[in-house]
Amino acid sequence: MKRFLRAMFAVAALAAGMTATAILPARALVEIDVNKGNIEPLPIAITDFLASNEMGAEITGIIAADLKRSGLFAPIDKGAFIEKITNPDAAPRFEDWKVINAQALVTGRVTQEADGRLRAEFRLWDSFAGQQLIGEQFFANKANSRRVAHIIADAIYERLTGEKGYFDTRVVFIDESGPKNQRKKRLAIMDQDGAGVRYLSNGNAITLTPRFSPTRQEITYMSYEGGEPRVYLLQIETGQRELVGNFPGMTFAPRFSPDGQKVIMSLLRDDGNSNIFAMDLRSRTTTRLTNSTSIDTSPSYSPDGSQVVFTSDRGGQPQIYVMGADGSGQTRISFGGGSYSTPVWSPRGDLVAFTKQSGGEFQIGVMKTDGSGERILTSGFQQEGPTWAPNGRVLMFFREAAGSGGPKLYSIDLTGRNEQAIPTANFASDPAWSPLLE
Amino acid sequence: MRRIAAITRNPLVVALFLSLAIAGCANKKTPNTAADLGLGGASTPGSSQDLSVNVGDRFFFDTDSSVVRADAQGILARQAQWLNKYSQYRIVVEGHADERGTREYNLALGARRAAATRDYLAARGVAASRMKTISYGKERPVAVCDDISCWSQNRRAVTTLSGAGS
Repeated sequence: MKRFLRAMFAVAALAAGMTATAILPARALVEIDVNKGNIEPLPIAITDFLASNEMGAEITGIIAADLKRSGLFAPIDKGAFIEKITNPDAAPRFEDWKVINAQALVTGRVTQEADGRLRAEFRLWDSFAGQQLIGEQFFANKANSRRVAHIIADAIYERLTGEKGYFDTRVVFIDESGPKNQRKKRLAIMDQDGAGVRYLSNGNAITLTPRFSPTRQEITYMSYEGGEPRVYLLQIETGQRELVGNFPGMTFAPRFSPDGQKVIMSLLRDDGNSNIFAMDLRSRTTTRLTNSTSIDTSPSYSPDGSQVVFTSDRGGQPQIYVMGADGSGQTRISFGGGSYSTPVWSPRGDLVAFTKQSGGEFQIGVMKTDGSGERILTSGFQQEGPTWAPNGRVLMFFREAAGSGGPKLYSIDLTGRNEQAIPTANFASDPAWSPLLE
Repeated sequence: MRRIAAITRNPLVVALFLSLAIAGCANKKTPNTAADLGLGGASTPGSSQDLSVNVGDRFFFDTDSSVVRADAQGILARQAQWLNKYSQYRIVVEGHADERGTREYNLALGARRAAATRDYLAARGVAASRMKTISYGKERPVAVCDDISCWSQNRRAVTTLSGAGS
């Protein structure tokens, strides 16, 4: 799969334009510091890529939407543009872009190769420094034009923020339809912006908590298929499914290890309590990590695979604990008022995102991995289940407003200021973000 | 549901009212009950309807608790008696949670409620080999509204018949 995608998106750096300087400074004048608390979005002009059809405007529309939703960029209205780009290989008239305060400028072209493939070229310019920052081209199957746009948006985001982007990613989630007491729950997948929804299950059985493999086009999830709630693996491209292990009781709350070789999950004990086990997918051996007469669930590995964060009610109500990946040193880290659950370790390793219940509200927040520095990002009637964007800057979660009848998906950045609704046709829950596609 | 909310202030009246009202809904969406299998209606002793209407097939829990409350012990005692009398049935004990918890934790909580119910019935003579438990977490609410009048009905264990055993 990886090889296939790499071949599909051949990348080449374009020769620098006419103003090319010998060596660019390490960082040009235009940049965004994502660590600042209150970020003023960067004004950016994204001109329609030259094309013989509507493809150029489509691609630039997707790029602009990605960058805008990140909260870090403010795409300038096309009506304000002075210069009309007729040759994207030539340097633009920087004065025309400075006048409208376009600190960054994007130009490009989309053409069709003789073999039918799409060729997208783009350049990112620093208007005030009068320099080209990026010049790249991508080749892709025509059906993947949206991916080309997301890849370009990621390149722009990375060049201007110094952080990896997260636009060329997908989200698995549960599509919910029908009345609340007979809700149909189907496994579904879409691009991170809500486009290209595809269903992965028929909805005949309750399906819950899908999670992406960090290394393969594979997900793990829980399903009531055949009347038994169990954890499964699903190959996204082939549709091939398999049961994870053959345990006597319910298995649930699955998640992959960072190397994709293990699934960690809860197994129900006969006494009604739940403990955490890890299963090696190659050797099929299982390792018990907790052995308590309590509910131990929602395990999530640290990105280096050495630790696991999980929920336990061993202290009387659900709280967050950390342990070694072998189950050693189980230590409680959440101590704020209320109960805590659904901990998820950040892909950067520095934070744990969680759902907190206190004062009759549900909150999504983050804390450091030792439990200090708790910050609540959003609070409301009912919301839960954060999942990290692969760059560790944005969380997606699901929220049900009182009286709304069902949940919808939202994203929020770590400042808590940039919240965005993710458009879905039906109610939606349990989002899980993919790694950056390759 | 608003009417139910109003009446809930009198717990004595409500226990009976709820069990009737909910049994009515539950049967609509639960195929494979004994009644669907042609095992008779409410007036037929030993039928699924008999269990749900005359004995009481469910009871409720406190928030985030799997302790069988004192007010549920009567129902469970009657259930045990009934299940011992009609020993041809296999039994599935369902554990459920309200929506005021997160999904995975509630799956575990529902499982603990089902196990507590199973153990209570087993202690009153119902053979463990006849019983199976399943948790639906918060995925199968019977009462649908955004306040405590519904949440308290959804925190439940339901004893269901899976048909005559072999």
